[in-house]
Amino acid sequence: MASQEQSRPQRREGDPDAPPPEVPVGGAQTQVSNADIDSVLDEIDEVLEVNAEEFVRSFVQKGGQ
Amino acid sequence: MGVQRVMGVETEYGVAAPGDPTANPMWLSGQVVTAYARAKGLLTGRGAWDYADEAPLRDARGWELGRAWADPSQLTDIDDPTMANVVLTNGARFYVDHAHPEYSGPEVTTPRAVVAWDRAGDLVMQEAARLLNPDPARPTVALYKNNTDGKGASYGTHENYLMRRETPFHDIIRHLTPFFVARQVIAGAGRVGIGQDSRVAGYQLTQRADFFETEVGLETTLKRPILNTRDEPHASADLYRRLHVIIGDANQCDVANLLKVGTTSLVLALIEDRAMPGDLTVLNPVSTLHAISHDPTLRTLITLRDGRKLTALELLWIYHDACAAYLQERSGDPLGGDADTHEVMTLWADVLTRLGTDPMSCARELDWVAKLRLLQAYRDRDGLAWTEPRLAALDIQWSDIRPNKSVFAKLRAAGQVTELVSAAEAQAAVTTPPEDTRAWFRGQCLSRYAANVVSASWDSVIFEVPGQTSLQRIPMLEPLRGTRAQVGEVLERSPDVATLLRELIRSGD
Repeated sequence: MASQEQSRPQRREGDPDAPPPEVPVGGAQTQVSNADIDSVLDEIDEVLEVNAEEFVRSFVQKGGQ
Repeated sequence: MGVQRVMGVETEYGVAAPGDPTANPMWLSGQVVTAYARAKGLLTGRGAWDYADEAPLRDARGWELGRAWADPSQLTDIDDPTMANVVLTNGARFYVDHAHPEYSGPEVTTPRAVVAWDRAGDLVMQEAARLLNPDPARPTVALYKNNTDGKGASYGTHENYLMRRETPFHDIIRHLTPFFVARQVIAGAGRVGIGQDSRVAGYQLTQRADFFETEVGLETTLKRPILNTRDEPHASADLYRRLHVIIGDANQCDVANLLKVGTTSLVLALIEDRAMPGDLTVLNPVSTLHAISHDPTLRTLITLRDGRKLTALELLWIYHDACAAYLQERSGDPLGGDADTHEVMTLWADVLTRLGTDPMSCARELDWVAKLRLLQAYRDRDGLAWTEPRLAALDIQWSDIRPNKSVFAKLRAAGQVTELVSAAEAQAAVTTPPEDTRAWFRGQCLSRYAANVVSASWDSVIFEVPGQTSLQRIPMLEPLRGTRAQVGEVLERSPDVATLLRELIRSGD
């Protein structure tokens, strides 16, 4: 049975109004290597909308449930 | 006793007309549903859905909201003829909900089946988009499996869990609220932008968290509550309640999707069987929900009413260990006595362990991590700040369901996402209903006798029988009746609907 001991994360006092912490960057244990992701980046470049700013601005939805 | 229960997931997809931001989203959504239904020869529009048993204003706390007090968006039982509404041969409902096309998956009994029939919903949307976009270079409709436009609007992915009616609703509120505050570190789909209208630049774990403003309530479109009290069981109301969970994100990663429903189903079993490990009430659940979502380092502390301070991972370990103890006691195995429960418990511990050491190591399993890893790689390569529109564009296109536009699809095609359900299994679930619930009977009726089905709903099918003047309504108030084992043979030997009805009466089903 997995014990709690193996995964005590670092802790941070909660403050909902505090600025968001900087996001973690993948460490040595990242299962998918950075070489893999670099090859995908080129493919994704090809599908991304050319005018990102206009695309984001025009993506407006009506609220739902 | 394990993860099994009657459950299902419904998703409102984002809808847009590329190049025409003025297009009416209700009309667009109607086009999506109608195009698909026509191509499949399915009935749409007035009467196709049977609303007789719908009660969206009934509250689990024991009262009913007066219709005059309801926001018009809460009146989901009004049959608007301009609104397409169709039952699919896989037992799902595909329709226009407000201003979005919605796929409500059929009732299933395992988390794996939830994932399969949820993926089928993506394929239904993909096919509808293909039909409406004969020239992919000049698309007229785009569909997105996300839950916000980043400008203040949100639309839902809801989970539904059948529970025993005798379980007091206040027990559900008490024990499920802390779980939902913490669950997002596994189930979040990730989002660029913080705040309902993304006024703060940055990244957060979920699409939905910022849109939740109260702890408990009936609303789903405004003042959204962590615990929704809609009491509309679509089944025998004295035996069951349907817990309507509105706080989740739409997932594309199979592991996150499986764990979202699998762990929730297990926690509900703890609540039903009074096996919860004491009180975990969170002091300020709404603001804590937001704070947890805003912290991809997972270090934010949750303050409990009894003074304890725990991270979301520590809180989830308490639930995990309570489930393991419960399963040990009931089945003699802390991972559960069946393959589905075993899979959920194993993945749950694995993901919690790795989130605790290096969250980025879950990039193959969890949506928010996979998306963050990609965004981070982009930022590193091109030196982009979180305010850069290309990052927000990538977030939107992450969820585009068109294979030639979907960022997630590229990642999956590159073998960088762990798949639990194969593409072939997802495709089969587009036309085949699950065998072990009433969805089997519903879906099979649509496959075999579509011309005679006047309307259907979760708990009924209404037939027009040649030669008979009155319509025949088959009630299906028991979700576990109408399975393949029960009605498969009757369906096989009924070439027409008149025979089917005779056979059903004769067999007593």
